[in-house]
Amino acid sequence: MGKSMAETRDVAAGRCTAPALAEAFADLHAPLTEQQAYNESSRCFYCHDAPCLEACPTGIDIPGFIRRIATGNATGAGRTILDSNIMGATCARVCPVEELCEEVCVRNTGDHKPVTIAQLQRFATDALFDANMQPYARAAETGKKVAIVGAGPAGLACAHRLARYGHDVVVYEARAKAGGLNEYGLAAYKMPDNIAQREIDFILSVGGITIETGKALGKELSLDQLTSDHDAVFLGLGLSAVNALGLDGENVDAVEDAVDYISDLRQAVDLSAVAVGRRVVVIGGGNTAIDAAVQAKRLGAEDVTLVYRRGPEQMGATDFEQDLAQTNGVIIRHWAMPVAIKGENGSAVEMTFEATQLDGNGRLEGTGARFTLMADQVFKAIGQAFDAAPLGGGAAPEVSDGRIVVDENGKTSVNGVYAGGDCVAGQDLTVSAVEDGKVAAEAIHLELSGQNSNKGVS
Amino acid sequence: MADLSTSVGGIKSPNPFWLASAPPTDKEYNVVRAFKAGWGGVVWKTLGEAGPPVVNVSSRYGAVHIGEQRIFGLNNIELITDRPLEVNLREIKQVKKDWPDRAMVVSLMVPCEEDAWIKILKEVEDTECDGIELNFGCPHGMSERGMGAAVGQVPEYVEMVTRWCKSHTNMPVLVKLTPNVTSILGPAQAAKSGGGDGVSLINTVNSITSIDLDLMAPTPTVDGKGSHGGYCGPAVKPMALHMCAEIARNAGTAGLPMSAIGGISNWRDAAEFIALGAGTTQVCTAVMHYGFKIVEDMIDGLSDWMDQKGYAKISDFQGMAVPNITDWQNLNMNYEIVAEIEQTKCVKCGLCHIVCEDTSHQAISAEKIKGERRYEVIDKECVGCNLCMHVCPENCITMRKVDNGKDYMNWTQDPRNPFSNAAE
Ligand SMILES: Cc1cc2nc3c(=O)[nH]c(=O)nc-3n(C[C@H](O)[C@H](O)[C@H](O)COP(=O)(O)OP(=O)(O)OC[C@H]3O[C@@H](n4cnc5c(N)ncnc54)[C@H](O)[C@@H]3O)c2cc1C
Ligand SMILES: Cc1cc2nc3c(=O)[nH]c(=O)nc-3n(C[C@H](O)[C@H](O)[C@H](O)COP(=O)(O)O)c2cc1C
Ligand code: SF4
Repeated sequence: MGKSMAETRDVAAGRCTAPALAEAFADLHAPLTEQQAYNESSRCFYCHDAPCLEACPTGIDIPGFIRRIATGNATGAGRTILDSNIMGATCARVCPVEELCEEVCVRNTGDHKPVTIAQLQRFATDALFDANMQPYARAAETGKKVAIVGAGPAGLACAHRLARYGHDVVVYEARAKAGGLNEYGLAAYKMPDNIAQREIDFILSVGGITIETGKALGKELSLDQLTSDHDAVFLGLGLSAVNALGLDGENVDAVEDAVDYISDLRQAVDLSAVAVGRRVVVIGGGNTAIDAAVQAKRLGAEDVTLVYRRGPEQMGATDFEQDLAQTNGVIIRHWAMPVAIKGENGSAVEMTFEATQLDGNGRLEGTGARFTLMADQVFKAIGQAFDAAPLGGGAAPEVSDGRIVVDENGKTSVNGVYAGGDCVAGQDLTVSAVEDGKVAAEAIHLELSGQNSNKGVS
Repeated sequence: MADLSTSVGGIKSPNPFWLASAPPTDKEYNVVRAFKAGWGGVVWKTLGEAGPPVVNVSSRYGAVHIGEQRIFGLNNIELITDRPLEVNLREIKQVKKDWPDRAMVVSLMVPCEEDAWIKILKEVEDTECDGIELNFGCPHGMSERGMGAAVGQVPEYVEMVTRWCKSHTNMPVLVKLTPNVTSILGPAQAAKSGGGDGVSLINTVNSITSIDLDLMAPTPTVDGKGSHGGYCGPAVKPMALHMCAEIARNAGTAGLPMSAIGGISNWRDAAEFIALGAGTTQVCTAVMHYGFKIVEDMIDGLSDWMDQKGYAKISDFQGMAVPNITDWQNLNMNYEIVAEIEQTKCVKCGLCHIVCEDTSHQAISAEKIKGERRYEVIDKECVGCNLCMHVCPENCITMRKVDNGKDYMNWTQDPRNPFSNAAE
């Protein structure tokens, strides 16, 4: 195809009016009214040894907080939540509850509808924030210093718990703002009204935590330096690399990493200034792919097609997320993989896909059947990866299968260095990152104060 | 279809469902709507003496809500009718004329002076209503003026006023009793001794619905203050049942016609009171919650149930439960039941376990079998108290009779009773 013949990319901002955008990016689930919350809370059986509590990675006392809502003690409910999960407000908005607490609610069995735990959790944490309450007081200062790298949910949860114990915490963050994917990754319609920063403000208000942005491990900082300047170090680095398709033509400007695009979208002050393609193709089957597809559609893309190389059951995205994509008009094509990209900078690209199937051994193979899609914008969302490079230099923690190796307390192979969140093997969810940070903080506190002095805070 | 016609104290009614004396029966407009809906009778909102009517305050109601259930209990601080006597009398006469087959009872409350009663009785007779109900029950406002519960709590006054009424009118006289007494038998006996044709019970229970913790005042709050009111609705039904049962099974009052009131919301509630001997039932809160239409279900629900049970008319089951109400000491000590959990219906909430463990007899085990929760009754520890059955939200616990081969033995015969008559 000669340069002159190439079809120009149709990528434009302002495909929707400002009011339409405001509506499209408003709260995915409207907050419950007081009456709705009361009614819903009275559906909870207050189970003994409740399965929901067990299914929550942070072990929130769910029956306990729901009962508090039912008695009109919404702030007590909020505190019950935060006692186990300091990011209860974000988790209420983004947890895939249909695979966690709500999946095991006993009311699924009875009348096939779980108590809407996440919505109640949001009601309670909102109430606590609205009341401007600070439920936590710092213990007397211990004089111990802990460095945390990465101000995502893992790092901040760790920081908060350590600060409560009286330790002095410095959080080093490469980016300009704290929050990790809460600020840069989660879908905009799940995190409206600047909730990520309001939650961080709340976390910091306990005192004892300093955040230093623009400080990256591997650049401004080295692990050796951190370990020698502090009594302990926690790594909450997340996943900063992305997987590539491995195709020629991947580097044309029409092909972007979904996470970068979402990050820009989340940072946009004015959504009507965010450009989106007329025809968008998303490659992948996880949360990121769905979020990119739905947000592109809501920005006004005409056609959004999500192509995934396996079937709906294998998708990383939950049923709820898949439904959300479809009700937003995203076309999902299963069992197809990209095999060629044709285009150049400034032009639309022609994506060629090959149909896939499982061979006799359950391995994915191409069937030979092909189809093409024209796209003004292609989002790659085929997974992120941990980048171990920043750890290098001195004594680096052991990495295996692409993640930092830790024991059940978050301890790495290097003495005094802990890690948690997406950079260690696990569920790759906000809630599990929070739990990792919390568990590591308990272990760090134990190590810093000696076995006997640990009384636990709660 | 079963024959639902019934009577109480000589007052006939096409069905046992009446509206109690209260706002729903305060004027022609409401009562006509009620009759159109199918109600068998009404007790008109209590009339007072001629002259300036009473004045009400706002607000007047407080309520107890439980979960999504609104108005489990209702409390009011209203007084008797606040409309002029002559207007009420004119409307009563008109409605009775237009609806001759329905029971029209007029509730009265005047000061405790014979002349006052003579005067109003004559005026009421002129309406050609079917009977009167003496309101000795209103626990607030009127009692402070020496009427209502102030009379109802003193059996001598109840008897005296009832006798006045019986000697000055031929209309059937129902005496409405207040539950705010230590024993209902005193006032009930007095109503009977005074010649009353029957009793209506219960009126409302002294209550404060709640304390507003911001205003630091009881609800309903009238400009920062509140006073106690009268409680009614589903919450009071158990108390009403007990009082009706006491009257029905006590030798001195047994057989006294009863028009039962208190928390009746559906045909089943009504049937329970009839089984205790009531001839008619009265409803207030339920219609103030849902409107008059609920009588449709009351009528066909009761009728279908009677058909299924083979009861052709009300008297076929009226009072049938009375012989089964006894004193504790006559209960069979050898009757044994244990809880049984229907495992296939169990949703594993664990409530049966935790309540038995924490508050009863440690008779339900909690185990995890291959990660699955399982709750099992330990028969030999179970005392058959039924607590688990009541807490189970899925209704999957039943009580199974244990065949222990033992004969009937009550406490008076029980060797464990230090005062038993059991032969050594
Ligand atoms: C698009 C998208 C949507 C998602 N949606 C959901 C969802 O709906 N629900 C859900 O539960 N989970 C979701 N997730 C996953 C969730 O966001 C992550 O599991 C969670 O944020 C992990 O927390 P973390 O603290 O481990 O890492 P991150 O949130 O990634 O935070 C890591 C932080 O470390 C910083 N950092 C990295 N390297 C360095 C360095 N060298 N020096 C200094 N700082 C560094 C980063 O800038 C970042 O601030 C989503 C993820 C993505 C990408
Ligand atoms: C607002 C209100 C006003 C009432 N006024 C009277 C009254 O004037 N005379 C009377 O005898 N009972 C009065 N009652 C009591 C009712 O007649 C009835 O005895 C009581 O409400 C119990 O029945 P329920 O549980 O069906 O409501 C009133 C009750 C309410 C709720
Ligand atoms: S009936 Fe009472 S004692 Fe028996 S198992 Fe149930 S709660 Fe326990």
